[in-house]
Amino acid sequence: MSASSGDDSEGRRHPALAFLVRAWPWLFLFMLCVFFETWARASYGISFLFNRFNLQSIALFAAFPLLLGLGQTFVIIAGGIDLSVGFVMGLAAVVMARVMQSITPLDPALALLCGIIAAILISLVPGWINGTLISRLRVPPFIGTLGMFGVARGAGFLTAGGTTVPVNNEWLFAMGNSRILEIPVPVIITVLILIAMHWALSQSRFGQYTYAIGGNRTAAVRSGINVRRHTLYLYMISAACAGVAGMIYTARFSAGAAQAGEPILLDSIAAVVIGGASLFGGSGTIIGTLIGALIIAIIQYGLVFINVEPFWQFVAVGIVIIVSVLIDQSREKLTGDRHDSD
Amino acid sequence: MTATEATAAHPATDEGPVLRCTDLSKRFGGVHALEKVSFEVRRGEVLALAGDNGAGKSTLIKTISGVHRPDEGEIRYKGERVVLDNPRHAREIGIETIYQDLALADNLDVGANVFLGREPTTRLFGLERLDRPKMRAVAHDVLETLDIDIPERKLHEPVRNLSGGQRQAVAIGRAIYWNAELLIMDEPTAALGVPEQRKVKELILRLKTQNVAIIFISHNLVDIFDVSDRIMVLRRGIKAGERRPSETDHNEVVRLMIGG
Repeated sequence: MSASSGDDSEGRRHPALAFLVRAWPWLFLFMLCVFFETWARASYGISFLFNRFNLQSIALFAAFPLLLGLGQTFVIIAGGIDLSVGFVMGLAAVVMARVMQSITPLDPALALLCGIIAAILISLVPGWINGTLISRLRVPPFIGTLGMFGVARGAGFLTAGGTTVPVNNEWLFAMGNSRILEIPVPVIITVLILIAMHWALSQSRFGQYTYAIGGNRTAAVRSGINVRRHTLYLYMISAACAGVAGMIYTARFSAGAAQAGEPILLDSIAAVVIGGASLFGGSGTIIGTLIGALIIAIIQYGLVFINVEPFWQFVAVGIVIIVSVLIDQSREKLTGDRHDSD
Repeated sequence: MTATEATAAHPATDEGPVLRCTDLSKRFGGVHALEKVSFEVRRGEVLALAGDNGAGKSTLIKTISGVHRPDEGEIRYKGERVVLDNPRHAREIGIETIYQDLALADNLDVGANVFLGREPTTRLFGLERLDRPKMRAVAHDVLETLDIDIPERKLHEPVRNLSGGQRQAVAIGRAIYWNAELLIMDEPTAALGVPEQRKVKELILRLKTQNVAIIFISHNLVDIFDVSDRIMVLRRGIKAGERRPSETDHNEVVRLMIGG
């Protein structure tokens, strides 16, 4: 129709800038790599990136925020947020450790199996409660999951008796610390989940409904999508990802800790946001979250690597989050995409 | 009712009305939102629904589209008595409703919106996979059938990048693709500029020729007189009157709307 030609040309005013705005997480990741690579070669005469140990460490650094971020991506795209995942991760880690403590003397392999099942099942409980509160009882996601943040935190520390719960089990140790083709097993588990989640979000009806709910909930309801059930599933998926993260935590450190996920929650949300998801819902991708998690991990590991005081990590990641939101805000002007948020 | 002359040249018009409602009543608490409203719509006919705010227009369309159940009265669809349990049921039997601005998921493209909630899938290694090529192709075809001109590139962008009229057209296209036989349009021209209003009105007239029955809700008497075959006026839940545009004028319709 005729009226469209106006905003058309307007939207294409700055094609180069528009490209930069869309591709900036990739470019930023690339620039970070170049920066640390140059620094490492200049100062230490070694490579930062082409270094097996560094790559393994970065991948392990990225795994936890990424795992929490994968579920979080779905929730945020649907217009929600899940603040409870950090302590759900801790709860799962502690419960897994407790279960394994009691079964390991009988059969170490069986103990690991039971521990894994326990970690996933226990994480589904807060997920189910979150989903029910939000989808059926209309509790705002921020408040509902903040409440669950407290409940899971308390439950985790109570289960752990206020300390960490050590487990001495060689199967568990192998799961957390061995490598296949030089790739750490926790990284392999994370990548498999990443692929499954990417498929679900980009190729399946489930993913399509997630976008639709975030884009226009009413339209989704009127299209016959079971929005309540879908929302319940989203929070259960998010919690299950936290359960897997807790499981990997216990495996890596041979101990469960209720505070395992505390510092990771914000990193996971940051990864999703840096990856291009809007906190107003409707947009975001799994690949974006992967890039976001890698950016955070490289900043954190890289700053340690070049001997910067570790507290600067927080400052650096914080600035990246703010910049990413600013860039997202300016997207409208530069690319012609309109945002619902304004 | 002079339904016999509802747009000639379509054999389907020889059948009874697509929709016939008899004595529909709906109360919310003590409020009579609808009181014994009866009307019918035929294929290829546009019935305009006029009335002031609170006259019962939305209650009436929500009752026909399965959102509300009438407390009393009967709905016959294609001659058969139906009880509409929910909006999905209404859509399944061919009653599509286009709500003013709640129709589309703004962040999805045209194809995704046409298929929203009913996406076609293929299988890849046994896994369900959205059939995006099909969604694109159908989106293109649907818009072409309706003679709606949206640049190819825009078809693959979020519909928030389309103009109001184009979005309305996408919503209408979706309804038509799913074989709507009765299309309920709630204020389809309200949020549009004048050229776009004209486009949407053209679209309504084109749908008429494709034998779709249309219920058209509007505040705008000019639009109502432009496209409708009959005008039904509601006032405080009661049917205040029914007129043919050729036999009435704005003043009379306004009088019916406000009483007196």
